[in-house]
Amino acid sequence: MMKTRFIVPLIVFVALAGVLFIAVKRAPDKHFIASVLIGKPAPEFKLPSLTNPGSNVTSTALQGKPYVLNVWGTWCPMCRVEHQALMQIQQLEQVPLIGLNWRDDDALALDWLAQLGNPYEQVAIDKQGRLAIDLGVYGAPETFLIDAKGIIVHKHVGPLDMEIWKRDFEPKINAAPAAGPT
Amino acid sequence: MLPELGHFALILAMLLAALQAFFGILGPQFGRERWMAAVTPAVAGQFVMVVTAIGCLMASFINLDFSVKYVAQNANSALPMVYRIAAVWGAHEGSLLLWIFLLGCWTVAVSVGVLRLPKRFGARVLGVLGFVSFAFLLFTLATSNPFLRLEPAAPDGQDLNPLLQDPALAIHPPLLYTGYVGFAVAFAFAGAAMLEGKMDQTWARWTRPWTTSAWAFLGMGIALGSWWAYYELGWGGYWFWDPVENASFMPWLAGTALIHSLAVTDKRGLFKSWTLLLAILAFSLSLLGTFLVRSGVTVSVHSFAADPTRGVFILAFLLIIIGGALTLYAWRAPLLKSQAGFEFTSRESFLLFNNILLVIALAVVFGGTMAPLIADALKMPTLSVGTPYFNPSFATPMVPLLALVALGIMSSWKRGRLSEHQRTLLVTLGVAIVLALAVSFGIWGGSRVLTPVGFTLAFWIVLTSLIDPIDRWRRKLTISRGVLGMTVAHIGLAVLVIGITAVESFTNERDIALAPGQKAEQGDYQIHFVNLTPAEGPNYNAVRGQFVVSRDGKPLMTLNPEKRQYWVQRSVQTEAGIGTDRGTNILIALGEDLGAGKWSVRVQLRPLVNWVWIAAFIMALGGGIAASDRRYRTARSEAADEAGVVAGNAALAKGKSG
Amino acid sequence: MRRALLLALVAFSWLAFMRVAAAIDPTVIPDPALQERYQKLTHELRCMQCLNQSIADSPVELAGELRNEVREMIVEGKSDDEIRDYMVARYGEFILFRPRFSARNMWLWLGPTVLLLVGAFIAVRILRQRSALVAQDDQPLEDDPPLEKEAGR
Repeated sequence: MMKTRFIVPLIVFVALAGVLFIAVKRAPDKHFIASVLIGKPAPEFKLPSLTNPGSNVTSTALQGKPYVLNVWGTWCPMCRVEHQALMQIQQLEQVPLIGLNWRDDDALALDWLAQLGNPYEQVAIDKQGRLAIDLGVYGAPETFLIDAKGIIVHKHVGPLDMEIWKRDFEPKINAAPAAGPT
Repeated sequence: MLPELGHFALILAMLLAALQAFFGILGPQFGRERWMAAVTPAVAGQFVMVVTAIGCLMASFINLDFSVKYVAQNANSALPMVYRIAAVWGAHEGSLLLWIFLLGCWTVAVSVGVLRLPKRFGARVLGVLGFVSFAFLLFTLATSNPFLRLEPAAPDGQDLNPLLQDPALAIHPPLLYTGYVGFAVAFAFAGAAMLEGKMDQTWARWTRPWTTSAWAFLGMGIALGSWWAYYELGWGGYWFWDPVENASFMPWLAGTALIHSLAVTDKRGLFKSWTLLLAILAFSLSLLGTFLVRSGVTVSVHSFAADPTRGVFILAFLLIIIGGALTLYAWRAPLLKSQAGFEFTSRESFLLFNNILLVIALAVVFGGTMAPLIADALKMPTLSVGTPYFNPSFATPMVPLLALVALGIMSSWKRGRLSEHQRTLLVTLGVAIVLALAVSFGIWGGSRVLTPVGFTLAFWIVLTSLIDPIDRWRRKLTISRGVLGMTVAHIGLAVLVIGITAVESFTNERDIALAPGQKAEQGDYQIHFVNLTPAEGPNYNAVRGQFVVSRDGKPLMTLNPEKRQYWVQRSVQTEAGIGTDRGTNILIALGEDLGAGKWSVRVQLRPLVNWVWIAAFIMALGGGIAASDRRYRTARSEAADEAGVVAGNAALAKGKSG
Repeated sequence: MRRALLLALVAFSWLAFMRVAAAIDPTVIPDPALQERYQKLTHELRCMQCLNQSIADSPVELAGELRNEVREMIVEGKSDDEIRDYMVARYGEFILFRPRFSARNMWLWLGPTVLLLVGAFIAVRILRQRSALVAQDDQPLEDDPPLEKEAGR
């Protein structure tokens, strides 16, 4: 004959295990804090261009079709790791890749692109990190998918690879409204 | 060759562990003498294989065999020899092997210890331990094999995480894991008792030294980790309520409760089912900690590379081991009853309060650690829980607990004779209050509201702890090691409270902009930033500041904080310059180059922070002394045991033994 | 009497561990009231790159930038809530160290006190039960035999 209260620990444990199981399943995505900016318009920006000195990279000019904004720096080892994937993604020619060079040195950045290849259509320089803060960036590399209307549709924290691109970005790119009047 | 040998050894170890579990649990169940006899050889064989495996891994590191993936990920040709050895447990796979090795060590120790115990019981204990070993070995071989090869071999390795390249690293994980794993012994004793269907005061007596020693090791491991964080991370914190820190703290809290609960069960046969549950809980928390660190469910400075497959696997064997134990508990525990009584102010009462308050504290830490995880899993918005939550919430049960320690020390078993000690208690309290105020205002000239409270509680504990030992000494009576150990451990607790109170009340912390050559004043000290020079280490470049700290114009020490850049991992590390003067810890850390020759420099004066870590070692020492008491190795007389216990329990023993 | 003491201890215990630490930034806002707000806010905001550290305590660059943002906003005259909202809008509720008191968080914050009350209730019940048994419990409290032997030696 079992007294009820002795079975309580087992029940509590099983419930906890159940929750942990859900947590583990979600772990790959949950590993980084979900962005609160998904579904909100990307902040406006006008930043000097790295690769086209003298001109600017502006959010208004980019509006009208979807693009990917990739935050990187030469000081960031994981950016080095994802660079090859970026080159491959650029070759797919699905969307333009816009680079955001975060708190970096211009000479080093240009050197990096010359040596490793330049996957970006344009590269904006964010020396003070203002845009990065507005985007809620807290660790490079981070990559945003912004649709034709300028809304942030997806954010990925950490280095990109082809698997993540195919799984998370491509479906959203294909679903995004086609280029057209905003 | 060596990695393959190690791999093979692990497989053999796993098979032997399976045999150990099989013979150990089923031998007594079916009364097979030969099976029970096979357990000890299985233990020995498994241990030899595990030693071989870890030896092979260590050799691979020493030889810098970069064809082994784990070595390539955690070592580098520039890595100094000491850290090559420590790198064995620097990441997930190797640390699991360390776990298994330490479990083997405890098992061997237990196999010697149980020689004095009834054969069946001893076999069961080793059987349960064998089952745990088997599970860990299976997990390691299936998901975390440290001997995997890299084809082609890497030319050089990725180097050990610079944060871990430190002397404390060599000792912190082994100490910590010794504690973690040690609770498996209490767990095994509990399991054996449940399998036997018998749990009496003798059982409690045998379990005590194993629990206390595991607790002592865990405490030292935690303290070392805290100390390392303090000087390595450079900003003077010693506890961050980090999920992984909490994961080690929770078993310690459970272990503390268990030690006290075992005392009651040993002495009076009370709290039996509760003690059983605590024994299961302590090890379960150890396992939960393992899960948290390796499954990717929490993100932490400590956490190993996340891998959800591993997470699911660990969860599965958590379910089997803990779920199995709790099922046994639900089945057997209701039969454990006692008719012993105790009065309102008896020692049993105070130990009851002790356990309740410790469990509340444990629940607070558990809730705070798991809440963000759970909220996230259930798709609720992320909960943010940090120091602002933990500090007041943890203090809520702990302050009352500290207040009750003195009363508990003076209390007697069974009868509430506290009124006999009323005068002593009031006098000691009075002295404690006076001392506390004197210290707060006299030494530091003023304090916050709760500072004297903290000091009062600590001094009160010290004074009451010393009364009985001093009395015995004066009357030329012996003090048992158990009592001596208890006294030392309680004094250690008081030292901890003093340290924490002092640091939290009187820390003087400032950040200043200084250029080399300039001076600054803080507290009683003058700080002279002498110069800034480049420096080089075996695998890093650094910029080193030289600071001379003086008091009353007399130079006391030179501190050399550094900012290092490790070549391979390219991460920047701050090494603080730390010194001590009159109990106050002085910490200087280099911040950033502010330009125009100035640097931001953080200067911290932290009174008595060293006492926090010294306290942990005093407590561990107390635990060690108590655990060595020979009383625990003798059984209580049969008569004393069976009497005073319900007839039902005796019938249970008769009906279910064997 | 004992219970009153207990309650008093509980009520005040939360004060026990508040500490004030200087900001990591050596520059100071001239107005002391603003400086105090700066200190308070920078200790309330989490450094997103670290674990359980505030931007006040963290040496990473991002923390420094966020501290700058906070200082600028304070000097501009923004309120504490506006600054918190600004951060939350970009980084989510997670950036707040001390979660805003809401229905969701309540069980976490009230937990310890509730548990204390539950614990007290359980303790009283057990004590009543056991003290009643003392009358019937005529078992002598035997001393540990080996200890006696040692003392006799």
